Amino acid sequence: MQNAEELRAIRQRLQPPMVEGEHTFGSVSDKIGDLTLKKKTPFHWFIGLGISFLIAQLLLFTVVYLVVTGIGIWGNNQPIGWAFDIINFVWWIGIGHAGTLISAILLLLNQKWRTSINRFAEAMTLFAVACAGLFPLLHTGRPWLAYWLFPYPNTMGMWPQFRSPLMWDVFAVSTYATVSALFWYVGLIPDLATLRDRAKNKYFKVVYGLLAMGWRGSARHWHRYEIAYLLLAGLSTPLVLSVHSIVSFDFSVAQLPGWHATIFPPYFVAGAIFAGFAMVLILCIPLRKWYGMEDFITHTHLVLMGKVMLATGLIVVYGYAMEAFFGWYSANEYEYFMIKNRIWAGPYWWFYWLLILCNGLSIQLLWFKRFRESTFWLFVISIIVSIGMWLERFVIIVTSLHRDFLPSSWSMYSPTIFDITMFAGTIGFFFTLIYLFVRFLPIISIFEVRTLLPDAQVAHGHHGAHDGDDVHGESQNFTEGVNESTDRESKRELETPTDDRGKYHGK
Amino acid sequence: MKENIYGLLAEFDTPTQLVAAAEKVRDAGYKRTDAFSPFPIHEIDEALGIKRSILPFMVLGGGIVGLASGIALQWFVHVYDYPIIVGGRPYFSLPSFIPPSYELTILLAAFTAVFGMILLNGLPQPYHPVFNVPRFALATREKFFLLIERRDPKFDYGETRSFMQSLNAQEVFDVEE
Repeated sequence: MQNAEELRAIRQRLQPPMVEGEHTFGSVSDKIGDLTLKKKTPFHWFIGLGISFLIAQLLLFTVVYLVVTGIGIWGNNQPIGWAFDIINFVWWIGIGHAGTLISAILLLLNQKWRTSINRFAEAMTLFAVACAGLFPLLHTGRPWLAYWLFPYPNTMGMWPQFRSPLMWDVFAVSTYATVSALFWYVGLIPDLATLRDRAKNKYFKVVYGLLAMGWRGSARHWHRYEIAYLLLAGLSTPLVLSVHSIVSFDFSVAQLPGWHATIFPPYFVAGAIFAGFAMVLILCIPLRKWYGMEDFITHTHLVLMGKVMLATGLIVVYGYAMEAFFGWYSANEYEYFMIKNRIWAGPYWWFYWLLILCNGLSIQLLWFKRFRESTFWLFVISIIVSIGMWLERFVIIVTSLHRDFLPSSWSMYSPTIFDITMFAGTIGFFFTLIYLFVRFLPIISIFEVRTLLPDAQVAHGHHGAHDGDDVHGESQNFTEGVNESTDRESKRELETPTDDRGKYHGK
Repeated sequence: MKENIYGLLAEFDTPTQLVAAAEKVRDAGYKRTDAFSPFPIHEIDEALGIKRSILPFMVLGGGIVGLASGIALQWFVHVYDYPIIVGGRPYFSLPSFIPPSYELTILLAAFTAVFGMILLNGLPQPYHPVFNVPRFALATREKFFLLIERRDPKFDYGETRSFMQSLNAQEVFDVEE
C-alpha cells in the first residue's frame, strides 16, 4: 500500500486534478448553470456584444453591396484569381478544427482535460465554419444559385463535376458543419435538461424544455447516449482529418508550383489544429477570468493547450522546411523559381519572413516553462499564431499565383476596402455568436464535469458479496488509491475477469 | 391512490448507493425498473441488466448506405447519365470519387447515431410520469433515483414500498400516472 501511495503522488504530479476547489454535483451545476440562469448579465457582456455586433455590420454591408454589384468589388483578378476569399475560408475552417479535435480525438484518447473546454470549443467550431462558408458561397458570384453545387435532378440536365476538388469541398464542408452541429447538440441535451429543471423564468423553461426533448437522465437513455456520443467521436475523427485534407486538395491537385505538393494534407491538418488551439486559448483565457471558471478551466488546461500548440506548430514548421527543400531538390526550374521568389527574390518576401517569425519563432518560447505557464504569454503567443496562420495562407495562395508561368501575366495583389471589411465583418460575426452563446447556453459541459468529481465514482465496496478472492480486491483498492481522476475504464477492466456480469446479460 | 400510480421512486444521494440498490432490486426479481442520474454511470447497466444497444449496428448500416449511395450517385452521374471526359480520366474514376463517398459515409453514419439514439430513447417525450414528483427535478442536478414500475409482475404496493425503503433510500415517492 505504501507503494500505492508513492504511485498516487507520482500520478498527482503527472495528472493534476481537472477540477479545482471543493465541488459537489450541485455546486458544479449551479456554478455553470447560473451564468445563464441567475447571474446578472455582466456589463462587459453588453459592451463586448455591442462592439462585435457593430463590426458584424461591416459584413452585412459588404455582402449586400457584393450581391448587388458583383465580386469585382474584391481585389482578386487574373492571375490572382483567389485571394482573401480563400485565405479567409481556409483560416476560419482551420480554426474550427481544434473544436472537433478537442471534442472527438481527445475523447477517444481518454484525455480528461477535454471535458471542461469541449463545449465552447465546439461552439467555436460551428461559428468558425459558418464564417468560413460565407467566403466560397459569395465567391461563386451568384450565391442565390449555390444550390447548383448539390447533385439533384434538374431541368437543365446538368450534374456537378465530381472529379473537381471544389466539389469535394462542398461535400466535406457541409458534412463537417452538419456533424459538428449534431455533436454539439447531443452534448447539450443533458445540460439543457439541467437548465430546464432549474430555470425560474417561464419562457426559458419552455425553450430549454423543448430543446432538451424531455431528457430525464434514465439509465437506458444514458446507455444509448454514451454509445452515440462515442460513435460520433469516432466518426468525427476521420471527418476532421479529411476536411482539411480535402481543403488542401483544392491547392495540391492543381498544377501550380507552390501548390502541387504531396505534403499538403498533413501539413494543412497540423496547421488547422495549431490555429484552432490558438483560438481556443484566445477565447478561454478571458472567458475563465470574466466568468470565474478557473475551477473548471484550470491552469493545467492552459498549459496542456500550450503544449499541443507547440507540437502542432513544430509540424507546421517542418512543412515550411519541406516546401523549401522540395523546391530546391525537385530540380524543377518552376518549383525552384517559386520558392526563390517566395523566400527572398519576390516582392512578397517579407510576408514569408513575417510568417516564419509568427509561426516558427514565436512558438519556440513555449519550450520554456516561464512562458508556457504564463497566461499572459500564452494569450500573446496565441494572437501571434492566429496572425501567422493567416499569413501562411496568404503566402501559399498569393505568392504562388502572382508569378504565373507567363511573365506577361505577372501581377501584384492588394486587397480592396471590401476585402478588408468582409474579413473584419466575419470576425465581428464570430464574436457576436460567441457572446450570445456564453449568455444563453452552458459554456462548460455540466454533466461531464460532474463525472470528474471523486464522488462520481461508484465505490466498489458493495461488490463485497461477489468478491471471492483477495487478489481481485487488492487490485481494486490499488486502482482506486492511484486514480483520483475518473479512470473508470481501467477499473472495469480489472473487474471483468472475476465479475459475474455475463449472467445478467443473458449471454 | 394505489391504483392510479405509475410506480415507486426512491431517492439516493450517491451513485454508489444507487448501484447497490439497483443490484438488490434486480436480485429481488424486478424487471420493469429504471434508474435516473445526473451523469452516466457505467456500473448501472450491469446492475439493472440493461442489454447492449443495437445502435452500433444501425450506425454501421448507415455508414454502408452512405458509402454505397455516394459511389452509386457518382457512377450514375459520370458513367450512366452524363458521361464526360475530364482530364483524360476514365468515366469511372474511383480515386476522384472517394472524397464525396467518404463524406457521405460519415454523414449518414452520424445521422443514424444521433437520430437513432433519440428515437430508440423515445425522445422527444415532453411528458413522463416521473416528472410529477417535484423532487425529480434534482435528477438532472445532484440526486439519484430508482424506479419500479407498477407494470412489473412482482409489484405490490405495500411490499415494494417497504422493500425500497429498506434500500437506504432517502425517501420513496409515489409516482402518479
